[in-house]
Amino acid sequence: MTAQLPTNLAANPRLSRWLRFDARGFVEVSPGKIEIGQGIVTALAQIAADELDVDIARVRMIPATTAASPNEGVTSGSLSVEQSGSALRHASAEARSIYLGLAAQRLGVPAESLQVEDGTIVGPGNLRTSYWELADDALLARDASAGIAAKAPARRRIAGTPVARLDLPDKVFGRPRFVHDLDLPGLLHGRVLKPASPGAKLTSLEEAGARGVAGVIAVVRDGSFAGVVAETEGAAEAGLAALRKGATWSAGFALPDETNIAAWLKSQPADSKTIDAREAPAAAMAARTVRRQYSRPFIAHASMAPSCAIAQRPSPASVHVWSHCQGVYNLRADLAIACALPPESVVVEHVEGAGCYGHNGADDVAFDAVLLARAANGRPVRVQWSRADELAWSPVGAAMAIDLEADLDAGGDIVRWRHEVWSNGHVGRSGRAPIPTVLAASQLAKPFERFISVDPPMANGGGGERNAVPLYEFPAQHISNHRVLNMPIRTSALRTLGAFANVFAIESFMDELAAEAGEDPLAFRLRYLKDPRARAVLEAAAARAGWSTRAKREGVGHGIAFARYKNFGAYCAVVAEVEGAADIRVRRLVAAVDAGEVINPDGLANQIEGGAIQATSWTLLEAVHFDNQRITSDSWETYPILRFSEVPVVEVEIIARPEERALGAGECAHPPTAAAIGNAVAAALGVRVRDLPITRERIIAAMA
Amino acid sequence: MGEPVTLRVNGVERRIEADPATPLLSVLRGRLGLTGTHFGCGTNQCGACNVLIDGQAVAACDTPLWAATGKDVVTVEGLGTPERPHPLQQAFIAEQAAQCGYCLSGILMSAAALLRRNPDPSEAEVRAALDRNLCRCGAHNRIVRAVLRAAKEAKP
Repeated sequence: MTAQLPTNLAANPRLSRWLRFDARGFVEVSPGKIEIGQGIVTALAQIAADELDVDIARVRMIPATTAASPNEGVTSGSLSVEQSGSALRHASAEARSIYLGLAAQRLGVPAESLQVEDGTIVGPGNLRTSYWELADDALLARDASAGIAAKAPARRRIAGTPVARLDLPDKVFGRPRFVHDLDLPGLLHGRVLKPASPGAKLTSLEEAGARGVAGVIAVVRDGSFAGVVAETEGAAEAGLAALRKGATWSAGFALPDETNIAAWLKSQPADSKTIDAREAPAAAMAARTVRRQYSRPFIAHASMAPSCAIAQRPSPASVHVWSHCQGVYNLRADLAIACALPPESVVVEHVEGAGCYGHNGADDVAFDAVLLARAANGRPVRVQWSRADELAWSPVGAAMAIDLEADLDAGGDIVRWRHEVWSNGHVGRSGRAPIPTVLAASQLAKPFERFISVDPPMANGGGGERNAVPLYEFPAQHISNHRVLNMPIRTSALRTLGAFANVFAIESFMDELAAEAGEDPLAFRLRYLKDPRARAVLEAAAARAGWSTRAKREGVGHGIAFARYKNFGAYCAVVAEVEGAADIRVRRLVAAVDAGEVINPDGLANQIEGGAIQATSWTLLEAVHFDNQRITSDSWETYPILRFSEVPVVEVEIIARPEERALGAGECAHPPTAAAIGNAVAAALGVRVRDLPITRERIIAAMA
Repeated sequence: MGEPVTLRVNGVERRIEADPATPLLSVLRGRLGLTGTHFGCGTNQCGACNVLIDGQAVAACDTPLWAATGKDVVTVEGLGTPERPHPLQQAFIAEQAAQCGYCLSGILMSAAALLRRNPDPSEAEVRAALDRNLCRCGAHNRIVRAVLRAAKEAKP
């Protein structure tokens, strides 16, 4: 029995916002969370089907729209199963009980005597009705009430099973499913001219060339924003090429020296704060102190699809947008401010895009489309970025520098731990600030201030400081974060925020300290780790990977690492096996994960496999490159990612805990994977690379 | 504009009146409404737009329309249907071989070309055949398993 409503249901209590029975024999389920390739729509359908006792084939998942859906904010932070799942479970349980109440009246029997079998409500003496027979929207036009009991975990039949992804058949048969594939009557095509470099202003624009291109129907300019609208994509591309030729730009921001980002971060003005501080009652004497610096570069989302959106302005006072954004209400808020319209005049509908790993260009291209739609006489305008725009103009994950210090007593035990982080803010998302954060907002003739990214509060996991507080229990510790306020390169949320680099640093440092102490890295960790679930994933990964009997030979190395995502999400430990000399190949990754209750075990395994592979790519290959003016890694040649022939074997072990709360798991594999690879490289080659990515050049430099 | 270009797309003869330099991808997605083939980079670096041309996997984004004159073009829509799926399509569903699925149609076409020339590939051969196809979500190993499964199940 829940004494109070789940948070997202309390915020959107009207039951009809969440689900609706249809007399034709199906139920529509409308979560506010959206599909970004992670399989959430399937997991949420499982939860609803289970609570309602209907076959999952009867569940129709409705994409989020500001016109109807509950406002569940942004689909991010590995929170959807926890937040949307619990709200939907409660709403479904209450809907079931309302329908059973009505069935009991109609059939003249007590509700307790009724059972539901695939939507058919069955009572004593073969009395029957069904959700479909009773379907009436008025029944759910009321607010959720506390005190509704959902099924006990042991009685769930669909949640906890590997149900096939609902979206996959469309994708395998090539049926339109992505916003890129959406066709609307009268659709026009737009392209937008990106500045010559970040912060550059458009000083002059010769528009005649673009206007002369056959099929171009408008050139739009507003300050430093410029674009074309055309009847076809080909004409839009040709118009854009002509526009680019006619554009003159001022110099932009001075970009930092890519080869020494840590020094740049540490030299900038910053908002500094202590995250955690603990003193030992009787501070042990430090016999010596070990200090290390770790870093990571800026990392790109590098989604397979360039960002795309469609916008329509039926009248100057209304806007309709189709977008692969992560939060329809958040994007609506930004668009409303940027267009000086009330939010109710803006509708944002979600349509799937390619895999989304955080705050990418989706919101930016939506505003681009809205600006171009001004010149389209009410027709919809589809805008798609180029590959170069996608890699160079989407927000990127922030570069980070991390200093770690450990005081060791005479016996070599850690008596004090210090962790200090420098990075730009990790979140500049739409819909959270009084100013819009979409790219073009600061380029308009009447520009909005350029938003300087911030870090979420620690209660939400923090940003630069995410996972900076170790789960190891040390007698004393001091953790601090410096959010750098100068942001020439636009940073925002990329999977794991600061956790990737913080865990890389902590877990690399733990290995370095274990080596100093002459101890096995696993035993050394377990000595400082009390949480039994944390210990269990480490031990499970080690057992599965054969840690205690691992081969020790030249050019092959094993590394282990652990983290609990955000310190309150899923637990994950990874063992990496690498081989090579300067060119490192990751052969095998073994991950053990504890995500509490698991709704879809195959979906979870897919997320862990994918996270481990993506993290391998970040760890070995990825860095956004730039000169003093512009980002230069704007193609797959200059921003390579891991290929099929380079992908390691990934084995996933799930520690099932059906009685425990579901814990967000979509990002938990990235941080320990990076550290396990770093530790395995050190084990294989005897050299430690502390700056990501671990490239051939860095390994050779470390050997010198 | 010049003479119309004639080609076969998914078994149907098509006469296309367009600038012969138009990328084949634009013709497929625009004129023919075959949006299952996706734009990824426009420079033949990611494989998202791969189609079969006379049985070979080719990037449609940098193939001009004229280069397909008289050829047999197959897109993901022509590979199979829910009623008559290609073994690869069945295997990708059986292995749940995707996350976002945007790269999938191009990967299916590269795999189809591989199975035509090598019906019984090793895992290493599958990885080599897919090496020009990028996947960002990390579904690689599932995809390799699916291709091997399709090869196995297609055997008489």
